[in-house]
Amino acid sequence: MIDLLRCQDVQHRYGALTVLRGVRLTVSAGDRHALIGPNGAGKSTLLKLIAGEERPSAGTVHYRGRDVTRDPVHRRARAGIGRSFQHSTLLGSLTAAQNVALALTGGRLLARHTDRRHRAEVAEALAPVGLTDLADVPAAALSYSQCRRLEIAVALAAKPQLLLLDEPAAGMSGEERGGLVELLRSVPPTVTIVFVEHDLDVVFDVATRVSVLHLGTVLHSGTPEQVRRSPEVQQAYLGGRMEEVHGEAGGA
Amino acid sequence: MTSLAQTRAAPARPRLGVGARTATGIAAGTLLLAAAPLYLAPYATTTLTRILVFGLLAASLNLLVGVVGLPSLGHAAFFGVGAYAAAWTAIHGLAGAGALLVGVVVAALVALVAGAVAVRASGVFFLMLTLAIGELTQQAADSWESVTGGSNGLYGVPAPTLFGTVLDQPATTYWYVLGFFVVGMLALRLVSTSAPGVVLRGIRDSEDRMRALGYRTTAIKLGALVFAGAVAGLAGGLLAAQQRLVTPADVGFETSALALLAVVIGGTGSWWGPCLGAALVIVVRDSLGATLDGHGPLALGLLFVLVVYLLPTGIARIRLRRAAS
Repeated sequence: MIDLLRCQDVQHRYGALTVLRGVRLTVSAGDRHALIGPNGAGKSTLLKLIAGEERPSAGTVHYRGRDVTRDPVHRRARAGIGRSFQHSTLLGSLTAAQNVALALTGGRLLARHTDRRHRAEVAEALAPVGLTDLADVPAAALSYSQCRRLEIAVALAAKPQLLLLDEPAAGMSGEERGGLVELLRSVPPTVTIVFVEHDLDVVFDVATRVSVLHLGTVLHSGTPEQVRRSPEVQQAYLGGRMEEVHGEAGGA
Repeated sequence: MTSLAQTRAAPARPRLGVGARTATGIAAGTLLLAAAPLYLAPYATTTLTRILVFGLLAASLNLLVGVVGLPSLGHAAFFGVGAYAAAWTAIHGLAGAGALLVGVVVAALVALVAGAVAVRASGVFFLMLTLAIGELTQQAADSWESVTGGSNGLYGVPAPTLFGTVLDQPATTYWYVLGFFVVGMLALRLVSTSAPGVVLRGIRDSEDRMRALGYRTTAIKLGALVFAGAVAGLAGGLLAAQQRLVTPADVGFETSALALLAVVIGGTGSWWGPCLGAALVIVVRDSLGATLDGHGPLALGLLFVLVVYLLPTGIARIRLRRAAS
């Protein structure tokens, strides 16, 4: 079976600063693959390389068995790679519904996003994130947490095969995180998810695979259980935080 | 029969309501404008003609500034190229709609070439590139004497003819210009308020996101620039038909800057607001300026400062704000 996504020896430099030094990452179809690691480990950069916003200094990115290393963002988007942004870049002057509609119509300039079929699809996309009542409010007028939820609705509305989420839970309250976990779990297995997340509860509730990035390399990659037990991971990154997760997992 | 017609019409009614109101507004505005020569003096009619021409230019610039978020300081390049191309065509025997069409096509082609370079930049860089494109075009108008007549410009442009009638009276010229003004404005409205308009606004808000959603943003921006350039070319062709003379000044920085001023004064938020701005700019520059002993630009500067301070969203918003409250 061909892996959905394969990053091979990916390196990336910003000027003199080397952010990624030879990352190997394999993601199979249906995985919920979490990227964790301390700040500056290169997680967001890796997402950008997969989405095509940056080109790697060396190495290749294969998607569905094809080398997409040089493909521009819009072409990868049309091939089914969708993404959410860490710092919200919602279309502020457009309504929540229009933000979703533009994702639904997937890059076609002349697509009609006002007809009834699209309205129904927009409503379907907004309901699970609880934004039905705010459909006609400009995104700029939404609260931070509403923006985060709209961000996810937009990402899912594009019907990606590979969904890249950059810190989906950032700034969410505990209750909202619960909702997010539920939402991500309800995503059909036809959608593969690669996500960067700092909140380990969300990571271990959602992920089927976890890769730990540290100083621009993949320190460890495996099932959540393997990662939890890896001594080098605990030493390098998780530290005392690990005990908490262990405790919770044991208690549940 | 009647019941069938009713059932078919019923679900569409809510949307028709809004559309009908806009359509009524557009029709009323057009009628009011069409009747203007009947109660205005010839000089005022000529001024109003100039306002229509300049208004169409400002409205086409607003598609870039207000909708796509591309502030251009070289929009008069397309206006001027359209004016020269239409004037040249008219002088060489094809006056009227044919000359306008040539103006539109040539302006669109120039916009395509200029845009291929410019749309890769954004913000200040786009502003500077468009400024350079405007200056280059003016230089070309100044020095390519065999075609443009050099610094004298192209003069003796024949008046347009329609159905065998020569349109050389202020009122007939006005109606001719008004007809194409309405066509141009409706085209701009169609693009800025329909589905592509939403895409263009999306690019203005966040080009990164639109790219990530699969939109070819560079190509779409180029398309918008070519379209805006074509409408500016139409306005240029109308200028040639009205003024019967095209000079390098019509291509230059001052015209571009005044168009941008009209957009800011009128407001970027609506497709017709820039026309109001254009009206103010023309009235202050041409009518008021003449009585101020050549201090028209000073009056324009004051007007600009006042509007930016008092009505940062433009004068077109006054009415809207009142209607909303």
